[in-house]
Amino acid sequence: MAEKLDCMGKVCPVPVVETRKILAGMPEGEVVEVSVDNDIAVQNLTKMAVQKHLAVSSVKLTDTHYVVSITSAGEKSADQSEEILPVQLIPGGGQSNEVVVLASDKMGEGDEKLGRTLMKGYIYALTELSLPPKTVLMYNNGAKLGIEGSDSLADLKLLESQGVEIMTCGTCLNFYGITEKLGVGSITNMYAISEKLSAATKVIKP
Amino acid sequence: MQNSNDIIFCKGGGCTAKLGPGVLAGVLAQLPRATDPRLLIGFDSSDDAAVYQLTDDLAIVTTLDFFPPMVDDPYLFGQIAAANALSDVYAMGGDVITALNIVCFPENWDMNILGQILLGGNEKVLESGGILAGGHSITDTDVKYGLSVTGTINPRRIFANNGCRAGDTLILTKPLGVGIVCTANRVGKASRDAMDQAVGSMTTLNKYASEIMRKFRVHACTDVTGFGFLGHLNEMLGHGFTAVIDTLEVPFIRESAKYANEFLLTAAAQRNRNHVEPFVEFQDVPFSMQEILYDAQTSGGLLISIDAADADAAFTEIEALGLPCGIVGTVVEKKDKKIIVR
Repeated sequence: MAEKLDCMGKVCPVPVVETRKILAGMPEGEVVEVSVDNDIAVQNLTKMAVQKHLAVSSVKLTDTHYVVSITSAGEKSADQSEEILPVQLIPGGGQSNEVVVLASDKMGEGDEKLGRTLMKGYIYALTELSLPPKTVLMYNNGAKLGIEGSDSLADLKLLESQGVEIMTCGTCLNFYGITEKLGVGSITNMYAISEKLSAATKVIKP
Repeated sequence: MQNSNDIIFCKGGGCTAKLGPGVLAGVLAQLPRATDPRLLIGFDSSDDAAVYQLTDDLAIVTTLDFFPPMVDDPYLFGQIAAANALSDVYAMGGDVITALNIVCFPENWDMNILGQILLGGNEKVLESGGILAGGHSITDTDVKYGLSVTGTINPRRIFANNGCRAGDTLILTKPLGVGIVCTANRVGKASRDAMDQAVGSMTTLNKYASEIMRKFRVHACTDVTGFGFLGHLNEMLGHGFTAVIDTLEVPFIRESAKYANEFLLTAAAQRNRNHVEPFVEFQDVPFSMQEILYDAQTSGGLLISIDAADADAAFTEIEALGLPCGIVGTVVEKKDKKIIVR
């Protein structure tokens, strides 16, 4: 049994706002049929439904009458928080969702030359682990580790060949003017970095 | 100023009321064009204003802009509409000399409302250094207000909207998200703080950023208005270049991301998305940031394509003006996609 909502003559975002109010109070599996008078409103309703992972379809009855049908997911329709990524538990012996953060091209505080040597050794050591991390994130001075001419580039490439996801902060590469020299993995941004960190079972920052 | 209950002053206006870019291009293409070598910039380049050369070192800049209210306060609406109209002259690198009022107003309404609108508009014209020299008003069912503006410019120092070069740095001088915040406000969901930020940005003249920019090697400039950041960037790039945008550097009103995730989105932003999306590659950019980049701006900031060697010095001065701004990306040789956002 579908509930009907008349949004003819209403300007965006009103159709979306009114539709969400109805969806919020609707049991899972029930459908709201929204009448709107323009295609852009159809697109905005569809966009909302897709973002919320709700089943959506639309039909054009006339040039000025469209009906958008959206299926409620019950409580989830009203939930405005972002999706929580499932945490990957450590299966017996399998790869855990471990993230290694390289925020500097040096390891520890003290002599710079020593710090660089230690970092180079650490990355090498990672390649020797029987259970490598799932992801290596590199930012700020750490972004300099994966560029051409870096002592650690070869080791990072080896890690990548072992299935480790290597990601470098694009803002940092840009800031230091070394984007073109990146030699391994992919360029990422703060959204992906924060998502990786939040979803990690363990974050290692040497 | 309170409006009586039967008067709905703000129905969702500003540059969100603009016709979509796709629709407009189709209509303009049908018009027969006269040519005149002294018309340095006409609508061939979809530029912000027209520039007509008078002498070797003097040209006039002409532009007009008007729209329905995007805020409930008529005085602020007047300020915003005027700042928005004046901005086109500043985007070219010109100086304002005169302005004429364009008014649509219901004749049975309280004329004090109109008075407040015109007062706000006049204040911004005075601030620009120009003079209000008249206007034209007609009765209409809804309020609309704006200005026709005339400015002067040196023909050798015009900032076209499509002259960027590979290697340039892109600077944006105001925060994005004002369209989303005004839309949230219209359905009663915007915070006072977010609305204050939006109004503060919209009432700020682009005069000051324009004056700074003239001291540096600027290759292209436009103001970000109804077609949104990505729409105007798309026009600026022409056919020869790609822009790489770093969303971490993009200035925006923070709450607008939250409102975007609540789908408080305009038809204008969706039209912008439809028009520009084929040229844009988002690399792990969340939905809210995408919407902010498509959001139609009213009286938005200048988007400046500047020689990379001058970018830091120019940005330091623009930052000192006090609004959120950013070095948002770089222009590179053309790639598969015209705009890469990461």
